[in-house]
Amino acid sequence: MAEEQHLIFDEEQPERYVYDMDETKHEVALSTKDLQVFYGDKLALQDADLKFERYKITSLIGASGSGKSTFLRSLNRMNDSVATVKGNIMYRGLDINSQDIDVYEMRKHIGMVFQRPNPFAKSISDNITFALKQHGMRDKQQLDEIVETSLRQAALWDEVKDDLGKSALSLSGGQQQRLVIARAIAMNPDILLMDEPSSALDPISSAKIEDTLMQLKEKYTIIIVTHNMQQAARISDYTAFFNSGKLVEYDLTRKIFTRPKVQLTIDYVNGNFG
Amino acid sequence: MLNPKQADKIASAILYAIAGFVILILAALLGYILYQGVPHLSWHFLTAPATAFTAGGGIGIQLFNSLYLLVITMLISFPIALGAGIYLNEYANKKSRATALIRTAIEILSSLPSVVVGLFGFLLFVVQFKLGFSILSGAISLTFFNLPLLTRSVEESLRTIPDLQREAGAALGLSRWETVGHIILPAALPSIVTGVVLSAGRVFGEAAALIYTAGQSAPALDFTDWNPFNVSSPLNIMRPAETLAVHIWKVNSEGIMPDAAAVSAGSSAVLIIAVLLFNFFARYLSGVLFKRLTATK
Repeated sequence: MAEEQHLIFDEEQPERYVYDMDETKHEVALSTKDLQVFYGDKLALQDADLKFERYKITSLIGASGSGKSTFLRSLNRMNDSVATVKGNIMYRGLDINSQDIDVYEMRKHIGMVFQRPNPFAKSISDNITFALKQHGMRDKQQLDEIVETSLRQAALWDEVKDDLGKSALSLSGGQQQRLVIARAIAMNPDILLMDEPSSALDPISSAKIEDTLMQLKEKYTIIIVTHNMQQAARISDYTAFFNSGKLVEYDLTRKIFTRPKVQLTIDYVNGNFG
Repeated sequence: MLNPKQADKIASAILYAIAGFVILILAALLGYILYQGVPHLSWHFLTAPATAFTAGGGIGIQLFNSLYLLVITMLISFPIALGAGIYLNEYANKKSRATALIRTAIEILSSLPSVVVGLFGFLLFVVQFKLGFSILSGAISLTFFNLPLLTRSVEESLRTIPDLQREAGAALGLSRWETVGHIILPAALPSIVTGVVLSAGRVFGEAAALIYTAGQSAPALDFTDWNPFNVSSPLNIMRPAETLAVHIWKVNSEGIMPDAAAVSAGSSAVLIIAVLLFNFFARYLSGVLFKRLTATK
């Protein structure tokens, strides 16, 4: 640890590098400014000003406890009950971290997929339609169409189309995770937040999830936390590296993995710590 | 010195013996009660009214009273317990002092001796509120007795549902109430139902809290009269209603019918069988519900 801290202050390297996204050339879907997250009195995250480009996949990488999941969960206010989040999260010109935002409405636009698959103890089709019905959609035919299209987009349709009435809990872990992705897509969100969506899965299921994400980025902006650096390198357009509750480097993925600018990133990407 | 393998064998043997001993006690108890009581059971015994001075009386009215009182008690206590359980597990700030106070209150309530609850019910409902010895007085007293257990069981059932489910609901833009009502409660329902049926078994067998509230007499009922406002109607909740458990107590302490021992043994057997049925039914129902709720077809 002492050695790493020494590296941060290496005179020849910048301490931080944040890619300056030109907003006239890239459409920014979501951005953060002066974000600070506290658990109690403890500052868990700071200095994480990021801009996320629309229809791209952005990976958040870093060791355990680096603040990347905390950051992700702040973006759709899932941390509200456990943490204090200060600063601005800008979405379509609105600061969605402000008090008067209807978080339930906001979360329809910013969906989330969690580390462990969490389907409801309901049938496959009910998993997808339940929230839509709660939000007032009644048209049976429309609901059926959404079930099919979202399952197709999540690459699960062919495996479950004959037993949509079956309990979602009877699916395998990988299938459950794709069902949960389908459930999130069914809400027709703008942005999908994913917290290590394939870390609990076997390599084959994990590969399927990656394929799915590559398809999804045509329609959705995806922000994904991952421990798997190969995965980040394979699927994402941008990568942000977090360490000790701060953003260290944010750049195009190929740059992060070939010519990172900060020594700490070099060490992490090369597997020297983490 | 023992090696780990030997130590493990000895520990296993001791634990098996303890578990076996517990089962043995239960089996001996059940076996004795059933052996004594079952020979006295007959359709006549289960349906006929009790007699005070002559042999050949039954437990028909007491059996009905027990079931009816149970239903009324559950109608009062379940909604309250459900609300309290949902509040404590889903809404209450776990660290606040108000929550701690509620929890302490529930714990104290659950440790009150049932005879004390009964006497309290007597003074407050029977005398003060002039409800008399009645099913209503009994049901309210039993609610006091039942509420802490039922609340705890609802709360525990909700707690077993992982937070991932709550997060899933929140991430889909569902409010906490929608998530609790449509995702958490249905998922917890099998175990909530188990808790309800098991507590029903306890309520069914309760005597002390009822002696001074629901009364020790079982006036004749007219089973063709289903108007709850008539005095002799089985559905009337203002009538005194000696239950099966109270009947056992009474027959044993002051029964002067010639076959008191037989009536007592038979009633005990019926009570035990009913409680066992509640237990088996609870397991069966929770299994069925789980299958039902998780699939649409």
